[in-house]
Amino acid sequence: MIDLSINSELARTILTGFIRSEITRAGFSRAVVALSGGLDSTVSCWLTAEALGPQNVLAVRMPYKTSSPDSLEHAQLVIDTLGVQAITIPITEMADPLIERFPETGPVRRGNIMARLRMIILYDQSEAFRGLVVGTGNKTEILLGYTTLFGDSACALNPLGDLYKTQVRQLARDLGVPTPIIEKPPSADLWKDQTDEGELGFTYAEVDQLLYLLVDQRYNPSDCVAAGFAEGFVRKVVERIQRNHFKRILPPIAKLSNRTVGYDFLYLRDWGT
Amino acid sequence: MRISLALAQINTRLGNVETNLDKHITLAKEARSRGADLVVFPELSLTGYVLQDLAPTVAHTASADDPIFEPLLEASRDIDLVVGFVDEDRRHRFFIAAAYLSQGKVVHVHHKVYLPTYGLFDEGRFFAWGDMVQAFDTRFGRLGILICEDFWHISPPYLLWLDGADLFLLMSASPGRGLSTEPRLESARWVERINQAYASVFTAFVAHTNRVGYEDGLNFWGGSTVYDPNGALLAKGAYFQEDLVMAEVDLNQLHRTRARLPLLRDERTALVQREIGRILGGNEG
Repeated sequence: MIDLSINSELARTILTGFIRSEITRAGFSRAVVALSGGLDSTVSCWLTAEALGPQNVLAVRMPYKTSSPDSLEHAQLVIDTLGVQAITIPITEMADPLIERFPETGPVRRGNIMARLRMIILYDQSEAFRGLVVGTGNKTEILLGYTTLFGDSACALNPLGDLYKTQVRQLARDLGVPTPIIEKPPSADLWKDQTDEGELGFTYAEVDQLLYLLVDQRYNPSDCVAAGFAEGFVRKVVERIQRNHFKRILPPIAKLSNRTVGYDFLYLRDWGT
Repeated sequence: MRISLALAQINTRLGNVETNLDKHITLAKEARSRGADLVVFPELSLTGYVLQDLAPTVAHTASADDPIFEPLLEASRDIDLVVGFVDEDRRHRFFIAAAYLSQGKVVHVHHKVYLPTYGLFDEGRFFAWGDMVQAFDTRFGRLGILICEDFWHISPPYLLWLDGADLFLLMSASPGRGLSTEPRLESARWVERINQAYASVFTAFVAHTNRVGYEDGLNFWGGSTVYDPNGALLAKGAYFQEDLVMAEVDLNQLHRTRARLPLLRDERTALVQREIGRILGGNEG
């Protein structure tokens, strides 16, 4: 069937080189990573520690009062194993006044508030620690838009964004990430007993294979149905990819002049370095 | 006759020609000190690869009065060089180009004839298309230069072969892509496979210099290679790291291989010409 297995050693070489290159050429030698204790942030922290040396990495834990105690413990396990620097900044006392001001605030708003508060803290630590923010988003969540805009998706560079969730899990296993982190159900941990797969309505194992056909192999939706995926599932995922595209690009600038940022003012970020 | 060949598998600074020039001069000296007769740099080695709107600002002309080429031509008195640059012609068209420099002179300039403008590539938007594929004479015999996408197409190497090139100098800034369970990226496997195939079917030497480093999220994988006329690997550079790959090219191998396997002797060029004329001219025979 569809095999998403990767050569982890090759991925590791490319990704640690990428982190080192993009941070040092910007004039930095350090990085900050939001470490939830979940799979993606653990792998991101792991690669960054390897790329820059653990003393140059600050792992930032930002629990909310409903966060699972496991998350903190797993993050501690990563901090201890890697020997990275760490700081814990709870967000409850920052989040609650805003949440309480609007009693009707539901889980989506609460989750977005938490994700964006974490972004503020992370970028503040970025300045304090003189380190760039290394992102943790994977290809699955980027394509599905399963992320908070200007929240957990905010970063200076993203080493994991071209690996599907199941590939991140394989990479974690091959890097030697502790088993409990690899085996627990993926969760944004924004409310109790939340799981990604419960919220999305499908498993990563299923959707990663479908995304691989749609995106990497350029299958039409009807080809995916012919390949054995349920029509409703395919339609749902295709719609999700399209509907969330705004999260993947910079906001469009209304063109007026002859030369406009984003359209005909084109330079890489690595310009000059 | 033997050529001591050096492939300078370097990283570059995007849009910073002066810094890249310094690296060229340093590596030319190092290659010479290690006994090399000829050092080959990668595609756009003086400028970096994803230039976009930088292209016009980093352009130069391969001539003695150009501030970048003056020191390179000086260096070429000690060792022949092949460098990658953006060439601005008299009509102010910008080409992805390579120059062969020797004994203080510009021997040959090749303009990339295939500009990939698909997938992650956008060269056709920023550059003019070269329109010549020509071999040229050097103190080591007749050589040919192609740049990256040029040799993803079969016709440019074939034309160089017919034009007398026995050593193909291929230059790339090849973005790595295609991660699977294999120990090499798909793009690396593809390029190595066709390089070996060209060496085999043209019974010629094929040297490929590929850059390393990153530009934004793109990685360049290195792994420069030299294949001999039997398709055997003579030398190979490291993946993802700068390297100065040295290879001894024994041109007498051409004699031995072609005595055994006279593919060049038997190539029916008149038939090719006739059939291409028929194919391109319509179907009337």
